[in-house]
Amino acid sequence: MHPRDFIRLTGSSIIMHRLRSFLTSLGIAIGIAAVVLLTSIGEGIHQFVLAEFSQFGTNIVAINPGRVTTHGVAVGVFGTDRPLSMADADALAHIPHVRAVVPVVQGNSEVDGNNRQRRATVYGVGPDMPTAFSLTVAAGTFLPLDNPDAPRALAVLGSKVRDELFGSSNPLGSRIRVGGDRYRVIGTMESKGQVLGVDLDDSVFIPTARALDMFNREGLMEIDVLYREGASASEVVAGIKRVLTARHGKEDFTITTQEQMLDVLGNVLDILTFAVGALGSISLLVGSVGIVTIMTISVTERTGEIGLLRALGSSRQQILKLFLGEAVILGALGGIAGLVLGVGGAQMLTLAVPALPVHTPVSYVVFAVILAVVIGLIAGVMPARRAATMDPVEALRAE
Amino acid sequence: MIRLEEIDRVFEVGDQRVQALNDINLHVEPGEYLSIMGPSGSGKSTLLNVIGLLDRPTSGRYFLSGNDVTSLSEDALARTRRADIGFVFQFFHLVPRLTAAENIELPLMLEGIAPAERKPRVDEVLDALDIRDRAHHRPDQLSGGQRQRVAIARATIMKPAILLADEPTGNLDQASGKEVIDTLERLNASGITLLIVTHDQQLGDRARRYVKMVDGRIVTDQTRG
Repeated sequence: MHPRDFIRLTGSSIIMHRLRSFLTSLGIAIGIAAVVLLTSIGEGIHQFVLAEFSQFGTNIVAINPGRVTTHGVAVGVFGTDRPLSMADADALAHIPHVRAVVPVVQGNSEVDGNNRQRRATVYGVGPDMPTAFSLTVAAGTFLPLDNPDAPRALAVLGSKVRDELFGSSNPLGSRIRVGGDRYRVIGTMESKGQVLGVDLDDSVFIPTARALDMFNREGLMEIDVLYREGASASEVVAGIKRVLTARHGKEDFTITTQEQMLDVLGNVLDILTFAVGALGSISLLVGSVGIVTIMTISVTERTGEIGLLRALGSSRQQILKLFLGEAVILGALGGIAGLVLGVGGAQMLTLAVPALPVHTPVSYVVFAVILAVVIGLIAGVMPARRAATMDPVEALRAE
Repeated sequence: MIRLEEIDRVFEVGDQRVQALNDINLHVEPGEYLSIMGPSGSGKSTLLNVIGLLDRPTSGRYFLSGNDVTSLSEDALARTRRADIGFVFQFFHLVPRLTAAENIELPLMLEGIAPAERKPRVDEVLDALDIRDRAHHRPDQLSGGQRQRVAIARATIMKPAILLADEPTGNLDQASGKEVIDTLERLNASGITLLIVTHDQQLGDRARRYVKMVDGRIVTDQTRG
């Protein structure tokens, strides 16, 4: 059969029952709109979270003491893990491609200054901290390159701590107490805002060695290594492993690259998008039941026509295709309408709630239309098969 | 043209066996004009369906133009119907959403003939049946007689050798019925083999050959001079 005739025969039936076809397609349209809208929101959140996360920079490798493994024998037999030391951090600076190494100790302590007190997060960090984490100094300077083992008692304030303790007065050069020790303020940081629940603004940065003393810790909590843009993460990781294994005698540390973290996060967010998409698919399922219903009714109504077509010499295949074609057209019309509704809805949502990140990827759009067509096809199979297997004599008798 | 040998057709209705056709032997030459009559349930419609390849006999052999069609596949039967057999029904069986011309075109569409090629053939039958001015009307805008003429046009557009008419005037008034019969007889005169199933004795008597069926058997088969 010519494609034009095929469209004429199926299309005329859809046009003849305008209201019925419209309502059937509407079921699919609502389903597709729900899927498109929900996945748009899911994808928007996905991109938003990843952007939040990677604003620290993506070329960071984090090293933590201890190794997550399960041993067959008590660990004590082999001795305990060695802590990460300042010397370890120094050694890492010489690995190829490494730009900066930041030894980190973090804790919580009382901060006194300007006759005010506040509990804040205290970060013991190295001078390369702003480079590694894309932080900007607002006034003064960050911690200078000092003797790492006996640094001077200097402190840099996060923007919130500065505001709370000093208000509008200039904190530079003033004395504060952190955990009972006296420090001189040499700089303040720009506000970074909350990033995934971590508030770097409500923090005080002091030299690592002093933080180790203050919190009475044996070793560093983390060493962050920033490598050059374009260098391969695995090469850097291999270098770190080599150096630290040589120093510790065994691999008693864990390396996490930013890439890995983003991958894990991406996977979690993919599941989120998939889950909301699946919720939307429930309404698609309902829509497809609508197509099955209408096509079944249509086959029954047109029994005489089916008998006639068989008498005129159409094959069972041709009958099957005609009814399948009709179901597919209903699905496709619904899909396109749903797409318009869904994308339109997403745009409206962006206008109404600008804070809510919404993003509709083209691949989802294409997928949604294909999905609608496939649903029409599947929904049409049962009624179309019934039409194709009708006995022509019986079918002609019905009228 | 048509040769039926010992044709039986048995229907299983529940646990009852209904013998709709019982040992039918019939030979029809090309160009014949044959009426099949008989009371309701005598098997005349079943006979027409078997001849029209819509129904398969339970046993016996059916030769169409010398070929045994009893064992043909479903698709081959459809092809044979499309090429060799035209049907005219009591209730017209026009597709309500298509125009008269499109209804007539249906067999050509199923055959896959390009739209441009179809136009002259459709015009030809529209003229032959004098319904050209109704070509773009839908069936519900046509009178009964016009509908049946559209149906006849559809049945003849493939130039079949055989035309099977099941009560072609059963749903028409006297005048329209007369027109339709005239049309069918004109087609027969131009060479087509015409088989008419009817209740109407007057109509049955017009045919040169007259077959009467009772209880699935042919009881009378006579050719008038």
